[in-house]
Amino acid sequence: MSTGIYGANIHSEEIRTHTIAVLVDNEPGVLARVIGLFSGRGYNIESLTVAETRHRQGLSRITIVTSGTAMIIEQIKAQLNRLVPVHSVSDLTIEGPSVERELALVKVAGTGEKRVEALRIADIFRARVVDSTNESFVFEIVGKTEKLEAFVDLMRPLGLIDISRTGVVAIARGPESMEGQD
Amino acid sequence: MANVDLTGSEMVIKALQDQGVEVVFGYPGGAVLPIYDEIFKQNKLRHILVRQEGGAVHAAEGYARSTGKVGCVLVTSGPGATNAVTGLLDAMLDSIPLVCLCGQVPTHLIGNDAFQEADTTGITRPCTKHNYLVKSVDDLPRILHEAFYVARTGRPGPVVIDLPKDVLMDVGAYIPPAKIKHKSYVPQVKPDAAAIKQAVKLLSKAKKPVIYAGGGVINSGPNASKLLTSFTQMTGFPITLTLMGLGAYPGSDDQFLGMLGMHGTYEANMAMHDCDVMLCVGARFDDRITGRLNAFSPNSKKIHIDIDPSSINKSVRIDLPVIGDVGYVLEDLIKAWKAAQVKPDDKALKSWWKQIQKWRDKDCLAYIKDDKVIKPQLAIQRLYELTKDRKDVFVTTEVGQHQMWAAQHFKFESPNHWMTSGGLGTMGYGLPAAMGVQIAHPDALVIDIAGESSILMNIQELGTIAQYRLPVKVFVLNNQYMGMVRQWQELLHGSRYSESYLEALPDFVKLAESFGGVGIRVTDPKDLDDAIRQMLETDNHVICEVAVAPEENCFPMIPSGCAHNEMIFGADVKTDEAISEDGMVLV
Ligand SMILES: Cc1cc2nc3c(=O)[nH]c(=O)nc-3n(C[C@H](O)[C@H](O)[C@H](O)COP(=O)(O)OP(=O)(O)OC[C@H]3O[C@@H](n4cnc5c(N)ncnc54)[C@H](O)[C@@H]3O)c2cc1C
Ligand SMILES: Cc1ncc(C[n+]2csc(CCOP(=O)(O)OP(=O)(O)O)c2C)c(N)n1
Ligand SMILES: [Mg+2]
Repeated sequence: MSTGIYGANIHSEEIRTHTIAVLVDNEPGVLARVIGLFSGRGYNIESLTVAETRHRQGLSRITIVTSGTAMIIEQIKAQLNRLVPVHSVSDLTIEGPSVERELALVKVAGTGEKRVEALRIADIFRARVVDSTNESFVFEIVGKTEKLEAFVDLMRPLGLIDISRTGVVAIARGPESMEGQD
Repeated sequence: MANVDLTGSEMVIKALQDQGVEVVFGYPGGAVLPIYDEIFKQNKLRHILVRQEGGAVHAAEGYARSTGKVGCVLVTSGPGATNAVTGLLDAMLDSIPLVCLCGQVPTHLIGNDAFQEADTTGITRPCTKHNYLVKSVDDLPRILHEAFYVARTGRPGPVVIDLPKDVLMDVGAYIPPAKIKHKSYVPQVKPDAAAIKQAVKLLSKAKKPVIYAGGGVINSGPNASKLLTSFTQMTGFPITLTLMGLGAYPGSDDQFLGMLGMHGTYEANMAMHDCDVMLCVGARFDDRITGRLNAFSPNSKKIHIDIDPSSINKSVRIDLPVIGDVGYVLEDLIKAWKAAQVKPDDKALKSWWKQIQKWRDKDCLAYIKDDKVIKPQLAIQRLYELTKDRKDVFVTTEVGQHQMWAAQHFKFESPNHWMTSGGLGTMGYGLPAAMGVQIAHPDALVIDIAGESSILMNIQELGTIAQYRLPVKVFVLNNQYMGMVRQWQELLHGSRYSESYLEALPDFVKLAESFGGVGIRVTDPKDLDDAIRQMLETDNHVICEVAVAPEENCFPMIPSGCAHNEMIFGADVKTDEAISEDGMVLV
């Protein structure tokens, strides 16, 4: 059984979801390059987040959740790696344990019973109230995607009217860095 | 030395000179006038004025491919830049190193739909290896040097620099190129020792090996071709080359099976299909090569040497990837091969060659001779025979049947002498490319093997050829058809020749003459040699129009969606049902 250059078993036809972290120069057009690569080559983007993480070196970190067969995931990483402003690419799904988090702001409108129930559930999920009026709450919830989705499902019948989500951010566990030192 | 203050356009000229650029192919316009002003004031950097920006890019490609240097292009904003796009993508797909400087409206007008504004970096992002929009003159020197580094390093490709006019006129400190390490783009060029060791092991056990080499060998430089030749001869393995690889191994050598793929030889494709170990050297398993993927070389272990990890496992599953520059990899491979004192399985190899000989005996490139009409294959063969003893012969092509016949019947002994548009298949490539080659090699014989349809796509470049007195020879195989299109229509669409016949063709003799060149027309096979000789003996530029059999097909052919062992040949072509529905959707 052969493995690809990134260590995956390339013979599997199973479609899997991978979280990929990409360290890039924070320069104009860099995000367009990454997104254009995905749309131009027909790859999926399930979620994408980006922000500058090292101000002094001008580095940003992009976290992409994508899916495909092992061969496609390998292509995606190779294609990302050959973009000129890309410093490093790591596949957090296969390179060892990692933690993933997402944040959502959830607006729920209503009064009476439903309002009380919404608060109760928020409490169970450890969602924080970051805004409230007589007829609405905005909850802030942090966690894995599945947790956010469960929360949203429960809030829907209770008057959920708006959601804003950050998309997944992720990082490998343990003492190693993908960014190098300052 | 202290850094000198220069204007942006002075920096451009200085940086090009510091990067060793001798020639730039270009066309002026408002946004690049400051650069043209600097060009006027100096005489080190030579500017070649083309007739359309598309011509400039192909000329730079021809220049780059025939010299191994980075080709350089200068165009204005808006329509200048958009005219360059096809050539940029052509260079991208064929891995040709270019730097294309585009004018842009001043920074404060960007985004205003200003006169001749185009989102050049947006448009060219997917057609370049990298591109830059320079927002400040302080970034300009770094970007200029970086562009050349990126264009030539790793897998080569085109780089665009978009230059707003105010940046060109602004003043800043020029920085000469230094040996700085690029902060993010540092491709691996030396192979892992473990991979080399494994490759030697696989290859030494091979009973039916084949070497399949491509454009990457040419990209790596002439030394890589030398190493490939020694390794091939050292092992006694058969070798086949892709369209882009022709010349990487001597075309007349007995171990060479000819080109492989859709219009490749029977022996090359059968050897690929039946081999037990395949050594791919700088080639990318293009769909013209593999045919139906699940039937591609089903029983072989595949070793793939490539500098670009994204070429590995893209379509074909590879057993042993070797990442690195072909030159370094072959050097290490040869060393390891010698050190391991490999004794190839002579008996197995002998019977493999016997099998290959049987395939060869089919004589797949044979065609029915005709003494009344010139067969296109004959025209190429005669051109080859009458030029093969010359020292420096460069051939470019347009796109179509003539291109394939050239690949099949012209033999290339050394790299960098064959320029063709492989990946994009751009009609109109050959004439400007020949122009670029001739600029780089003023005393060489440069021939564009053309079709009558393709040549019209960039025919305006005859003006450039005339202006710079470039003795380019255009050898037009005139079948009056978009032959390649007509062939597919015959084989796939019930001979309904929809819009593939060219009426109102120009008089090519007068056309040549109107640009101050020489026109020759030949229709009788008896006169063919004389016509070719006359073309070769003319100092001026020539169009030699050869009237060839209009409905000749290019064989052998692996129809789209078929396997290597399902080839069709000249004599036993089946029309209509030959190709499956699945195959028809492919191009
Ligand atoms: C009408 C038509 C018909 C065609 N029919 C055929 C056909 O029958 N047969 C055929 O072969 N082609 C044919 N082609 C061309 C085909 O489309 C491809 O362009 C061609 O097969 C690709 O050649 P290649 O694999 O050598 O790759 P290239 O495009 O030359 O790519 C080179 C590969 O080498 C790698 N590389 C680059 N530099 C280095 C280096 N320094 N070290 C290591 N690796 C490096 C690159 O990463 C890349 O993977 C046809 C084209 C047209 C227009
Ligand atoms: C710019 C462009 N448009 C269309 C095509 C599709 N195409 C491929 S070959 C061909 C016909 C070429 O005709 P000609 O130059 O006469 O060559 P022949 O096949 O007859 O030798 C066409 C239209 C192409 N490759 N490039
Ligand atoms: Mg034609």
